[in-house]
Amino acid sequence: MADIEVRLVDVTKRFGDFVAVDAISLEVRDGEFFSLLGPSGCGKTTTLRMLGGFEEPTSGLIELHGQDVTWLPPYKRNVNTVFQNYALFPHLSIAENIAFGLKRRGVKADEIKRRVAEALELVQLTGYEARKPGQISGGQAQRVALARALINRPGVLLLDEPLGALDLKLRKQMQVELKRIQQEVGITFIYVTHDQEEAMTMSDRIAVMNKGHYEQLGEPEVLYERPKTRFVAGFLGVSNLIPVKSEGTADNYAILRLPDGHAARAPRALLDGQSGPVALGVRPEKIRLKARAEETSGQYNRLDGIVRHSSYIGVSTQYIVELGDERQLTVFEQNVERATKAELWSPGEEVALTWLPEHSFAVPDDTGGVVEQTGIAAVE
Amino acid sequence: MGTFLKRHHWVTPLALLTPGILWLLVFYLWPALQMFIASFWHGTLETGFVFSLDNWTNYPDAVGQFAPFYLRSVVYAAAATMTTFLIAYPLAYTIAFKGGRFKNLMLFLVVAPFFTSFLLRTISWKIILGDVGPIIGPLKGIGVLPQDFHILATPMAVIAGITYNFLPFMTLPVYVALEKVDVRLVEAAKDLYAGPWRPGGLIAGGILGGALMGVLGLVFGVDWAVFAVIGAAFGGFVGWFLVSESFIRVTFPLSLSGVFAGGLLTFIPAIGDYINAELLGNPSTNMIGNVIQNKFLTQNDYPTASALSFAMMAGVLVVVAIYAKVLGTEELSAAAARA
Repeated sequence: MADIEVRLVDVTKRFGDFVAVDAISLEVRDGEFFSLLGPSGCGKTTTLRMLGGFEEPTSGLIELHGQDVTWLPPYKRNVNTVFQNYALFPHLSIAENIAFGLKRRGVKADEIKRRVAEALELVQLTGYEARKPGQISGGQAQRVALARALINRPGVLLLDEPLGALDLKLRKQMQVELKRIQQEVGITFIYVTHDQEEAMTMSDRIAVMNKGHYEQLGEPEVLYERPKTRFVAGFLGVSNLIPVKSEGTADNYAILRLPDGHAARAPRALLDGQSGPVALGVRPEKIRLKARAEETSGQYNRLDGIVRHSSYIGVSTQYIVELGDERQLTVFEQNVERATKAELWSPGEEVALTWLPEHSFAVPDDTGGVVEQTGIAAVE
Repeated sequence: MGTFLKRHHWVTPLALLTPGILWLLVFYLWPALQMFIASFWHGTLETGFVFSLDNWTNYPDAVGQFAPFYLRSVVYAAAATMTTFLIAYPLAYTIAFKGGRFKNLMLFLVVAPFFTSFLLRTISWKIILGDVGPIIGPLKGIGVLPQDFHILATPMAVIAGITYNFLPFMTLPVYVALEKVDVRLVEAAKDLYAGPWRPGGLIAGGILGGALMGVLGLVFGVDWAVFAVIGAAFGGFVGWFLVSESFIRVTFPLSLSGVFAGGLLTFIPAIGDYINAELLGNPSTNMIGNVIQNKFLTQNDYPTASALSFAMMAGVLVVVAIYAKVLGTEELSAAAARA
């Protein structure tokens, strides 16, 4: 178990009547790339600002490297921040921007010079020393902001949606770059974003936040494959959720009855600890479409449906398939076995949907089974 | 019409500029030219004026004769600009960053004096600073000030009057500049270890306060050393407790464009002002504006008055050019932050 670098204990932040952060407790390990993921207003930025010292918690405790910093001002904390809009000082050159923190700490001039050169090299901006922030691009400004924070060798680097202002292509490049830099310097990164793909690409662990608390915390694969709440299932990728009734168990599987009369199986362990109504979940790419007539091996779950809609996306094709009770499921198929128009399923065709019970997940069905499908169909 | 305007893209800006250009031509450039011509006149109102380029000697004669008045104008205007800055900056800072929902009300109060005539306001200062007025009178009464003490009819009164009258011209540009400073930059500075500025603030505040109050004491003719110590103590206190490093490194440098503009807007009109010297000063505090006014309206000595005006204009232009060159805002902000 690695050392704990950041610890939040019951941290709450109220703005008047509004509870922005609601009794959050979490621990971030030393050297970890940790993300706070959630929609706007979920409290992720407020949490980050409390770590940086820009907000004081209403109650709770914040520890950095074992030291209680709850009431310390920003300049007394061994953390640095990469701000959403970069917040570069417009009147200072790139080199002076990067040197700002070292100067305030009274580091000697020749050491500052050496470390600024190093930092510029790290973010691949050697030669830009004399420019002003107004004379560089958004991507470069982002790197300067990163260098300006990292040069101080903080215990923790806080990043507040640092890629939000960049275009898609640059954002993807910077994701790889950020991860490389983080591994190179070995500093704990706490990264705030509303972009699930960004969080999954870079993070070691993610806390998925909603309404001031986190719904689930874990590695990206766990969050994606085994979401524990309807919100997490919908926020990370696309999920098909079907309300089900448990009808006992067979071997290691739970038998689940769907509203359209079909039965499906899911690993028994998934239902452990679920007391109320349950929704069965399956990711669109886990489902295979087959012709109705085709035999299915007994190890698969199988539902019958009719293709209602198909859209060809290149790497895959997205289908909307309607079940007997008019419930619609989303299915992604890689364009491997079927790729030409003639081979693809077309609307109106009767199909069977099959998936392995192990690919299922279960979440508490707290909406009473109204919503069948959540999440935005991500078009890649 | 649309295509015509598109093809001749100079037409629209020209059309928009025409009223302004005409106005300036008729009401500024033409009279200025008249005055420039008058500065080469010779003669009197009774005998009539004769123009000749040989009369360029009007300039050295006039400037030579009234050099002390020029000097006094520059000193008073500079002192008033300085005190205006010292009052306006904290005021603008407070409105910009701490004003909250009272921002607009406070800004209105800054410009509210403009609703009263300039003359009337200056006359009321005559009452405020009067020897038996609401400030001096009671202080004399309880014995804090000696019976022969007075402010009215001293350089102090003139500088105070100018300071008061031009305060909005400094406050508003500084406010605009401060308002534009992104608070996230201040947060970034704090994130990068910019804390309180204690030793620096103590030294800078102490020196500034000491020097200012010392000079004030000298002008007043009271014990300047005591004044200097009080000023140093106050400045040091402010520097130690109120001035943060993020202000010195970020907020202040970024507001210098407003200070620069406010400085010009205060200094230039102040140097030509004569109302404050007329109403609050005495004959030995007369500024160049008083001389010009007197020459024009009382003595009808148009050539000298015109030569004095043009010499002043040229002087102000040179001063402003140097000011802009030396304190060109961008370099200035960078230099201030680097120091």
